[in-house]
Amino acid sequence: MITLGHLLALSAVLFAIAVAGVFLNRKNVILLLMCVELLLLAANFNFVAFSRYLGDISGQVFVFFVLTVAAAESAIGLAILVVLFRERRSINVEDLNTLKG
Amino acid sequence: MNPNVLLAIPLLPLIAAIIAGVFGRQVGRAGAHTVTIAGVAISCALSLYVLKQIYFDGAPTFDAPVYTWLVSDGINIQVGFLVDRLTALMMVVVTFVSLCVHVYTIGYMHDDPGYQRFFSYISLFTFSMLMLVMSNNFMQLFFGWEAVGVVSYLLIGFWYTRPSAIFANMKAFIVNRVGDFGFIVGIAAIVYFTNSLDYKEAFAAAPQLVSQNIVLSHTTSVAALTVICVGLFIGAMGKSAQVPLHVWLPDSMEGPTPISALIHAATMVTAGIFMVARMSPLFEHSETALTFVLVIGATTAFFMGLLGVVNNDIKRVVAYSTLSQLGYMTVALGVSAYSAAIFHLMTHAFFKALLFLAAGSVIIGMHHEQDMRKMGGLAKYMPITAITCWIGALALVGTPFLSGFYSKDVIIEAVGESHRAAATYAYWCVLLGVFVTSLYTFRMLFMTFHGPERFRHAHGHGHAEEQGTAGDPGPGGALAHAPAFATAGAHGHGSAHTSAHAAEVSHAPAHAVHSSGGHGAGAHAHEEHDRSAPHESPAVVTVPLIALAIPSLLIGGLTVSSVVFGDFFGDAIFVLERNDVLGELAHEFHGAIGFALHGFLSLPFWLALAGAATAWLFFLKKPSLANTTARTFGWLRTILVNKYFFDWINENIVAGATRLLGRSLWRGGDAAIIDGAMVNGTAAAMGRLGSLLRHVQSGYLYSYAFWMIIGLAVLLGWFLWR
Amino acid sequence: MLVQILFWAFAAVLVGSALGVILTRNPVHSALSLVLCFVTSAAIWLLIEAEFLAVVLVLVYVGAVMVLFLFVVMMLDINTEELRSGFTRYAWLGWLTAGVVIAEIVGVVMARSLGVDVTKGAEPLPADYSNTTELGAALFTQYAYPFELAAVLLLVAIVAAIALTMRKRPGHKVQDVAKQVAVRPQDRIRIVKMDPEKGA
Repeated sequence: MITLGHLLALSAVLFAIAVAGVFLNRKNVILLLMCVELLLLAANFNFVAFSRYLGDISGQVFVFFVLTVAAAESAIGLAILVVLFRERRSINVEDLNTLKG
Repeated sequence: MNPNVLLAIPLLPLIAAIIAGVFGRQVGRAGAHTVTIAGVAISCALSLYVLKQIYFDGAPTFDAPVYTWLVSDGINIQVGFLVDRLTALMMVVVTFVSLCVHVYTIGYMHDDPGYQRFFSYISLFTFSMLMLVMSNNFMQLFFGWEAVGVVSYLLIGFWYTRPSAIFANMKAFIVNRVGDFGFIVGIAAIVYFTNSLDYKEAFAAAPQLVSQNIVLSHTTSVAALTVICVGLFIGAMGKSAQVPLHVWLPDSMEGPTPISALIHAATMVTAGIFMVARMSPLFEHSETALTFVLVIGATTAFFMGLLGVVNNDIKRVVAYSTLSQLGYMTVALGVSAYSAAIFHLMTHAFFKALLFLAAGSVIIGMHHEQDMRKMGGLAKYMPITAITCWIGALALVGTPFLSGFYSKDVIIEAVGESHRAAATYAYWCVLLGVFVTSLYTFRMLFMTFHGPERFRHAHGHGHAEEQGTAGDPGPGGALAHAPAFATAGAHGHGSAHTSAHAAEVSHAPAHAVHSSGGHGAGAHAHEEHDRSAPHESPAVVTVPLIALAIPSLLIGGLTVSSVVFGDFFGDAIFVLERNDVLGELAHEFHGAIGFALHGFLSLPFWLALAGAATAWLFFLKKPSLANTTARTFGWLRTILVNKYFFDWINENIVAGATRLLGRSLWRGGDAAIIDGAMVNGTAAAMGRLGSLLRHVQSGYLYSYAFWMIIGLAVLLGWFLWR
Repeated sequence: MLVQILFWAFAAVLVGSALGVILTRNPVHSALSLVLCFVTSAAIWLLIEAEFLAVVLVLVYVGAVMVLFLFVVMMLDINTEELRSGFTRYAWLGWLTAGVVIAEIVGVVMARSLGVDVTKGAEPLPADYSNTTELGAALFTQYAYPFELAAVLLLVAIVAAIALTMRKRPGHKVQDVAKQVAVRPQDRIRIVKMDPEKGA
């Protein structure tokens, strides 16, 4: 039997891995975007789990919207990335510090 | 009493001043003097009417506000009049002397380009002084106090092209400011303790204020009333030129002579005396303050008189005499003989104004020459001036039956009766002061009106002699250097004369007091005449002289019994039983004539006579004796000529220290702390903080991401374990 | 029992592939690991009977988003060595934060208990239950307006992505009508005065 606790634990692990990924791959924008996708996935896990175990379909509607927003976000993020690469020939985050104080 | 009449008294001179000052060009010279004289004359007549109502018809004291300016925190700030017998007397004195001076000014300022301006100022002065005396609250008193100060400043510097006049008016202003500080402290203390600006409430609260203490430190505390009274008196010291705040008065002689008469002899300088008398319900309860007043007054009375003996400028001699007489008034205040002080104030106003105007008349006659060493024998040429001046001088030295005798003798007797701590010192000061008064007065008379006619001699004689023989009235050898003025020809009183002066002034810079120097240079149109012959002044000058000579002769004898020994002032002046020296004297007083006859036998009379004899011997009979004496007591002379080094101390030590303090406050406080640390420092600190914080803004995407995640973790932790 | 075994298996694969996403050297491998993540997640969602979302996850993420990722990764000539440099510099911070986050989530679930019993299984659903119907009913009734907004958002994202990446290539031969209309004679014709040539 899969309990709510199982799913929450799994989601926490996933979230923690994604957080660690942000720290590890700090220079690679593409991987940062992927880590963000992982974070969203972990969040979605919680939504689905609670929705199922509390018997409220609204949680799943939320997941639907999160997926929409995440898709839009990756589309625009990747577009920016492409433009950036065209300008700089690089996606190294360390090259992108013109906004520094 | 009709408040509208009271309002009209100060407002008429104000309106006249505005007309003459603002519309001077439109109304012209004649218009200016007509309107101001009319204003002051009506105001004088109304004052007399008020005096009659109060004194003869027994009208009650008027004490009411006429206009409330503002009410703040329960304190009323209003214009109000307190007209009792003291005020009524002062109003008459002020307006009458002012009227005489107005008339006199027509002659004295005849050729001056600032004619309308001058009339505007003196009318404005009359207004200010009336506001001061008629006030029923401290705020209005302060207004009048400052207003007369401002007008005095304007008038001393009336000939504003002269550096010495500008110096003198700055000096007067600054010295008065020192006094005003004390005055403000006094008023502030009154407001603090009584929560009111009204005289009435302050007077009512006076007995309680004695027991209230102002704690200065753990061990010392002062009675609140003493602080109030001493503060107020320090203000009076500035205005009434008491030691050590007297230094401005001799220098103020830079102003035109009518001003010296009006402001610096008769009215403004007596504001301090009046104020203390008005505050008698406060001062009476503070023995300390009265002793302070007594000591200051006695010191001024004697030591300032001495300075008159060595001075050669006719106006300055009269000015030192004024200082000395103000000292007498202050002494009278100090022994609680307030009515004697006011009485002396009144008689002094008449005879001192007379002396000043006579001196001015001499100066006109001598074509704006003020140095007595260049006068002599003028009695022949200016009989009216000489006679009136003699009357004023006799009144001043205290000749029995003349007005000065009554007032001064009463003061001396009162000091003798007093049991105050410093009374013995004061008694000796005022006694010796009589001798000194007589000495310098007769010296002035003899040097000016009698003896050899020195004015025929040169103008530009060598001033190198001056240091050694300043007291020398005789035609010393040095006098014959330059050509006699008769030969200098009948040159006009214009620029040629001025340049001659300039040359002379360069000889002895210390001696810079010459009316003619910047006196409307070039605008003069004196008809050409032989300078060697002084002439009597016109009627506009002599009429006021005569008008003032009559009260100088008579007013003392006529009023002494009621003003000093009677209850003329009624409840306007308050004296405690134990301080009532005049009450003691009243037992021995048997009418004015008896008092005068008794005066012939008293010590002051013989001292005055001795002074006159000394003056006669030294300055008329055997001038060489004066030189010998001067050489013998060279050190004393040095001290006196340098006026006890007050100016030196003020300029070098007081002003030096103040400037040093100011500079260190500027450098340290303003430039370093406020500008440097606070203003620029805040900006610099922000900049430095910013330059530290800008490193947080690395521009790297990941660092923002890190901080967001760490922030999230911290927030969650706080949410969990708070 | 079978469900439990499947859950554990998928969970293990999910965690492993998530670690693969963040740890592999090659971005292409990362992207492929992420695909695996999404697929196993979809499988787990199927196990807890959220069928519609599971399908959508596979279709949208694996079919569209991850293809886009792969496409971009392959299109760009990325110097992976440079990007990997300093890989471990902040690793300690990363793992620490990850640990803290786990501890906190556990704390939230345990300490606050959220008003539910986390050790319980879900209520079994009735036999005629349709996840898609339920979700559709909610989406098109209660959430119709947000649904429309989401559609607009996607449209905007499409427009933005195109606007960002479209570029004018040099050497493109097109007419500029405005320029043609605005042209003036003196721009085109130059009248030159010349001396007549002298015959030889």
